[in-house]
Amino acid sequence: MAHPSTYKPGSRFGAWLDVRLPVARLTHDQFLAYPTPRNLNYWWTFGGILTFMLGVQIATGIVLAMHYVPTAEGAFDSVEKIMRDVNWGWLLRYTHAVGASMFFLAVYIHTFRGLYYGSYKAPREVLWILGVLILLLMIATAFMGYSLVWGQMSFWAVTVITNLFSSLDMVIPGLGTTLVQWIWGGFSVGAPTLNRLYSLHYLLPFIIAGVVVLHIWALHIPGNNNPTGIEVKTARDVVPFHPYYTIKDGFALVVFVLLFALLVFYAPNLLGHPDNYIPANPLQTPPHIVPEWYFLPFYAILRAIPNKLLGVIALFSSIAILFFVPWLDSSKVRSTRYRPIYRWFFWAFVITCVALGYLGSQAPEGSYLVFGRICTFYYFAFFLIVMPVVGLIERPRALPGSITESVLGYDAEQPVGKVPPNPPARARAREKVL
Amino acid sequence: MRSCLLAFLLALLVPAAASAQDNGNHAPEIAHQSWSFSQPFGTFDDAQLQRGFEVYWNICANCHSMRLLSYRNLGEPGGPEFSPKKVEEIASQAQVTDGPNEKGEMFQRPARPSDHFRSPFANEQQARNFNKGALPPDLSVMAKAREGGPDYIYAILTGYTDPPKGFELAPGMHYNKAFPGHQIAMPPPLSDGAVTYTDGTKPTLDNYARDVSAYLMWAAEPKLEERHKTGLRVMIYLFVFAVIMYLAKRTVWARLHHRDAAHTA
Repeated sequence: MAHPSTYKPGSRFGAWLDVRLPVARLTHDQFLAYPTPRNLNYWWTFGGILTFMLGVQIATGIVLAMHYVPTAEGAFDSVEKIMRDVNWGWLLRYTHAVGASMFFLAVYIHTFRGLYYGSYKAPREVLWILGVLILLLMIATAFMGYSLVWGQMSFWAVTVITNLFSSLDMVIPGLGTTLVQWIWGGFSVGAPTLNRLYSLHYLLPFIIAGVVVLHIWALHIPGNNNPTGIEVKTARDVVPFHPYYTIKDGFALVVFVLLFALLVFYAPNLLGHPDNYIPANPLQTPPHIVPEWYFLPFYAILRAIPNKLLGVIALFSSIAILFFVPWLDSSKVRSTRYRPIYRWFFWAFVITCVALGYLGSQAPEGSYLVFGRICTFYYFAFFLIVMPVVGLIERPRALPGSITESVLGYDAEQPVGKVPPNPPARARAREKVL
Repeated sequence: MRSCLLAFLLALLVPAAASAQDNGNHAPEIAHQSWSFSQPFGTFDDAQLQRGFEVYWNICANCHSMRLLSYRNLGEPGGPEFSPKKVEEIASQAQVTDGPNEKGEMFQRPARPSDHFRSPFANEQQARNFNKGALPPDLSVMAKAREGGPDYIYAILTGYTDPPKGFELAPGMHYNKAFPGHQIAMPPPLSDGAVTYTDGTKPTLDNYARDVSAYLMWAAEPKLEERHKTGLRVMIYLFVFAVIMYLAKRTVWARLHHRDAAHTA
């Protein structure tokens, strides 16, 4: 919320600095006093968790880069040297590798939360679009990072994904091949490819950090959405970010890190693929080329389409379509909590995404392929048919009069007439007590 | 809501776990063995690693390199922990090329603990030439480079049997029930009594296979013990931290109830 500043300099230096570079005012207004809806649940803690994960990946990545050798001959061995001879190298590398998985786990939850509570709706369209942009940059960064290990799966994943662009040969003969050779820096995936992937893998996280700043800025102008999806109306609907959400986000973060640490210390290779411990060999294709788990749904969509070019278009569309969500959803109500029909479609969509993840890990044949196609159809139908149509025909449930009312069951500052005809059970129980 | 969150995390992790077992569709079933290091607080059995090293040194090393290891690793904590003298003795059995000397010539000298394990063959071509065209893979990270890890290695080493009736075995190949496709170029490497054990362990094929699998697991993951130990401390720290954060969160949010109560009154 663009709220009036409440910062008061505490010292003469503070006052002096405030008229020159008001960083203290910015920090106070945006991270301490920032009025936040009082009813945010734990699904809202993933924004903070994601910021933390970006920090972890950058910090561990910078140290790993000090020991990593980005050459086709040296890459694999240098990773093993980090594991064996660098002080705490095993911890750095496993944290970075598992960290990528945890980062994606958090970003997917964060995205589904935004979808469920309609956080993309006006006036938060730009906030949402910046979020999708971050997701896209994360996908590119993770893909490049995985390639740097230069194991069999790294090498062949790069080969498969860069070769996607050769499908452009079906549009203009020669265009795709030229483009792919330009990306490779040669006639096959090799040393020049590794070098450029390394360079870009180091660059992109800082671009992500920049877009994250914009993302938070775009959040702080309209303020947080909340589980009811209704606007903040009075001062009683909000609490200052600190200490209420610093402590709540902090608790959630520690629990998240607990799961993170469990994987790092006790199952660091659970989410990886054994083939990536075999050094890259351009002459030997692994029996199954599968991406990391977080790309499996997209991989399933790619392989569900029999035509290569259309498959690639579907792959890119599956993410690009997210940019248009604010305008595809025709509902006047934000939160799925009050949308009795849409909520079924929403959960079917979540199940579809998980199913696509499973199907992406299986060979595209027989019933796997059939289900892959059904799921791919529903994935797009959810955005292109469900979102525009359900909003028009659905009759949303009554909304609470205010955020405070949704929490307490009553709101002294709201007119009585606005009490919904069917207050939630919890609110009714509270009324009895009172 | 919290159980919902957990279920969701699990749902996201399940396809990943499924993908990790992907090769299982085509490869034979690998039986799970019990290893001293597989539990969360598990450690390596030093005596077993030393026996496993003897098996590697006397048998596997004739064809398989372990180029990522150095002799010094054999004496480091969390491994076989041979004495420094023993490590020097092991290293000195290998001749490595060093140089150039003052005359500009390369020369042979006994290996030192700081040297990498010497590979049995100079290059891939030589290795293939000595092995009927097959390339014995490097064993440094073998225990992480195959589905099943040490279980897989044990299954291969104990998996040599006569081929079933009607099985077409290519010339020079051997039947192995654990190997994908069942045709393996490596002849059965182990047999009862092939290596002398000095600690009273029975010198059987089964023990050799078990010990060398454990040794290869250590070679692939030399910091496993340190990881398990550090992990325990980290988990305890984080658990206590989480409890404190939860209590702090409840205390802070209780203020809000006072605010609401004051407002109503």
